[in-house]
Amino acid sequence: MSNVAEMSSPQANPGIDPNTMSIIVTKGSLDWAYPPFILGTTAAAMGLEVTMFFTFYGLNLLMKDLNLQVSSLGNPAMKMPMMGMHMGMPNLVSAIPGVDAAASKMMKSLMKKKGIAPIKDLRELAVEADVRMIACQMTMDMFEYGQEDMIEGLEIGGAATYIEVATQSHINLFI
Amino acid sequence: MADQVLDAKGLNCPLPILKAKKALKTLEAGNTLEILSTDPGSVADFAAFCRTTGNELVEQSEGDGVWTYLIRKAG
Repeated sequence: MSNVAEMSSPQANPGIDPNTMSIIVTKGSLDWAYPPFILGTTAAAMGLEVTMFFTFYGLNLLMKDLNLQVSSLGNPAMKMPMMGMHMGMPNLVSAIPGVDAAASKMMKSLMKKKGIAPIKDLRELAVEADVRMIACQMTMDMFEYGQEDMIEGLEIGGAATYIEVATQSHINLFI
Repeated sequence: MADQVLDAKGLNCPLPILKAKKALKTLEAGNTLEILSTDPGSVADFAAFCRTTGNELVEQSEGDGVWTYLIRKAG
């Protein structure tokens, strides 16, 4: 049995360019939009060839009109810095109409204050950096989205399209 | 004196790296880029960026919460 370092080294996969990465993007809320776009744009800036495959709620991140929301419902780890402490939200309060919208607004203003890029900007940077973006056909059918709802420059594909990308990528992430 | 200066103060991860990459694109190989950042995470990140891309981190310093990096574009 070879050790882990050997197994994951580029030499172990002689046919695969070590500077390749794929990300499956499955979530479409404001908070979950960040990891795939931060890692995708940064990898591209570091010279990697990046492919992002958007499926299920991840498809939400490809819409022309982005109005991303975060929910504190069922999210006990979400504690916002307030008045010198960190405040969470009980589920009963989170469930009240308008609370998600308020929490989303609060998180967006916090991000702006801290110099964190809006998702729209990161997405534009990803397009500029030639990140290959594939929208899942099955999800589009299910949720009845058309290409006209989404940004330009997307490819449409399914599971086999992604698997082919994955076989040619040294790093494969599921987010 | 650097050939180009990038003021990335106030920007958070990964913007300093993304903006530095953009600026490096416009430089000739061998020329230098100076980056100013207030992001404490930029210390580890610019080192990793340079190791991975082959650009040279010539020097770095810190004063008053501002980190300054000098990067020479790889030939």
